[in-house]
Amino acid sequence: MKRREFLTVPATALGGTLLYTLTREPLRLQAQDGNVNIPLRFFSAAEARVIAAACARIFPTDATGPGANEAGVVIYIDRQLAGPYGRDKYRYTKGPFVESVPEHGYQGKESPRELYRAGLQTLAGFVDLTAEQQDEKLRSIERTTFFQMLRSHTIEGLFSDPMHGGNAGLIGWQLIGFPGPQMSYRDEIDKHFGMPYRPKPVSLQQVVGHPVHGWEDEKDT
Amino acid sequence: MKVLKPVNVVIVGGGWTGLAMAKEITGRTSLSVLVLERGAPRKTSDYAAGMDELDYAIRVRMMQNIADETITHRHSVRDPSVPVRQYGSFLPGSGVGGAGEHWNGNSFRFLESQFVLATHLREKFGAGHLPENIAVQDWGVTYNDLEPYYWRGEQMMGVSGKAGNIRGQKIEGGNIFEGPRSSEYPLPPLKTSYVGLRFKEAAEKLGFHPHPQPAANASEAYRNPDGITRAGCAYCGYCERFGCMIGAKAQPTNTLLPVLARRKTFAMETGCWVRRVVHKNGHATGVQYVDANGEEIFQPADEVVLATFTLNNVRLLALSKIGTQYDPAKGKGTLGKNLTHQVGGAGTRLFFDHPLNLFMGSGALGMLFADFDGDNGLTGSEGIVRAGHIAVGSSGNRPIASFGQYPNGAATSNWGSQWKAASIEWRDRISGIGFTGEHLAYRHNFMDLDPTYTDKLGDPLLRFTLDWTEHEHRQRVFAAGIQLKVAKAMGVKFEEPRLAPVKYNVVQYQTTHIQGGAIMGTSPENSVVNTNLQHWDVPNLWVVGASAFPQNASLNPTLTALAITYRAADAFIAPHEKHSKGAA
Repeated sequence: MKRREFLTVPATALGGTLLYTLTREPLRLQAQDGNVNIPLRFFSAAEARVIAAACARIFPTDATGPGANEAGVVIYIDRQLAGPYGRDKYRYTKGPFVESVPEHGYQGKESPRELYRAGLQTLAGFVDLTAEQQDEKLRSIERTTFFQMLRSHTIEGLFSDPMHGGNAGLIGWQLIGFPGPQMSYRDEIDKHFGMPYRPKPVSLQQVVGHPVHGWEDEKDT
Repeated sequence: MKVLKPVNVVIVGGGWTGLAMAKEITGRTSLSVLVLERGAPRKTSDYAAGMDELDYAIRVRMMQNIADETITHRHSVRDPSVPVRQYGSFLPGSGVGGAGEHWNGNSFRFLESQFVLATHLREKFGAGHLPENIAVQDWGVTYNDLEPYYWRGEQMMGVSGKAGNIRGQKIEGGNIFEGPRSSEYPLPPLKTSYVGLRFKEAAEKLGFHPHPQPAANASEAYRNPDGITRAGCAYCGYCERFGCMIGAKAQPTNTLLPVLARRKTFAMETGCWVRRVVHKNGHATGVQYVDANGEEIFQPADEVVLATFTLNNVRLLALSKIGTQYDPAKGKGTLGKNLTHQVGGAGTRLFFDHPLNLFMGSGALGMLFADFDGDNGLTGSEGIVRAGHIAVGSSGNRPIASFGQYPNGAATSNWGSQWKAASIEWRDRISGIGFTGEHLAYRHNFMDLDPTYTDKLGDPLLRFTLDWTEHEHRQRVFAAGIQLKVAKAMGVKFEEPRLAPVKYNVVQYQTTHIQGGAIMGTSPENSVVNTNLQHWDVPNLWVVGASAFPQNASLNPTLTALAITYRAADAFIAPHEKHSKGAA
């Protein structure tokens, strides 16, 4: 059996206080908790560090606010790849596989898992590069299916509900002023014209009052 | 193969049209009705925990599992076809309620001229001045024929809107270009959003006739003629690709199913994958399907109704070898012809200097004008024969899909610090004026069975041969010109759309409005079904829904699909109704 891999991160880097569901157990993480070990479902610890470093260049932590690291984007990606999406359970994967015009999209045989494993090969030594070198490296692969997927997944990990493993502490939603899934704006939709209306963000679990599981947790049938 | 006990009527597909047929038949006759649905059961209480953009809007969890079945596409008969491997340009639904569960709720009637389009265009422009290879046809029914059925649908769903023409009387504030209605809408319009208001003011200043988009998202609590009550819309912004968690958006599960559930002559089975209509000597004897356990089953029936999405209606006819496949080279055959989508793709982006709170909204919340719908306002010098609607929508922006927008040139890369800063700076400050245009039918756009690719059971997939033409490009260019006028009148910064002729793209979402392939008409020479939606070759087979549209109008098809289905239901019921009354 595969040895259990963990990603070790300082709690402060994950946005301080947050509600975090690991292995389906809610966990309140405090900054003073020091380092936390997050069990990985798909990546090895070394792979997770490479992906996290790449996501941090795609959506950096900088003057405009927190980035992919604070949101825990790599954890989001790890879970997506471990789940049905990662192994193409919901993509048409019958052959023959042929190259076609761009209007037909990705026609390849490789699943997201396989694309990541191959993509990781091209990022060997990535964590040891300077930020400028990392950007240069990413620019050299930015037209690949792997990079485009990584970029989309980074955005998803920042702005999806925290039940999926990213958007830790709703940090992504706070960054852009998105209030999460609210039950009603009936009394607000025709007000605030020209003015920002920014209710405090809530997660889906907070809205419905019970834990909700993402599609990535679907059991194989 | 296991053979089940016969039923009077078997209906394939448990969405809007299938359940509407079931409700009419079980309500007005004593016939037993069985609905076979491929997907899973659904109910309103499932939907509160579904307000999750990732699973439902990005990974499209409510759609058909594309791994099991997809379509293939090629741009012309000269190209090889390839499968649509992941969803893109349209999203076929699955499960009880079908796509009627996760639609936006746009509930339009088509223009009067749409139903007599071939005759109308010949008279207005002359046969020699129409786009090359145009294949539009008259429907065989007129707007006036359908008016009572439109009204039946609007009452059932509780459509919110403002009439612009009641029995010929034009009413300001509504769509004055629409055909005459017998009544005002069942509910007043939804509230107006900020961008909707700004658009309305500008359009009025220009002399256009903006009106609220008609919505099956109830503007207030509503009780329909069946006694079904629903709540008013909460403007939560989770309509398209989601089921409504409070039942304010009309869906088959919160309108038709509660009525059907009480009827002893109604039954529905889920997880049933229908593979063939079984028929002999021009008579359908039932359907063959695979159930949830993989068992092959034959369900005998006196009457068969195909009420799946356009794609599968056409595919089931082809797989069952009913009718003659259309061949564009010879111009022969009718099955699969007149495949249409909907013309969009032109959008003029508007940049505001303050936040717009775009996360609030309702699926069909919007403002639009029809001054260029059909051939309104066209002189013939535009190079187009039909245009469409100019609109702004407020459906509710969600954070993943709407992130990463900024004025052209504000970032040089689509990742990194500069991109992040531009995306955050412009977040919630960009709206746009859109276009939905009429898609004409052409001889070269059609459906047939793919020779190579198959579904999970080994049956051939449906193949699209479809591309945009010069006419659609010119429609977009024309629409952009109107949009720019409105944008200027709004007094905000805007960007001219970059419009180059494009090929049909299966990756980018357009609309889930696919029409044709089993079109209705007045003769077996030009159509697959008659105006009652009965198959010409197999009269006890009824093929209902948007597969019967000879071409698409500029607007969304649901209400019209429902109207022609109600009309078909009346024709279906007529010989049985009498008998039922006599027996009662």
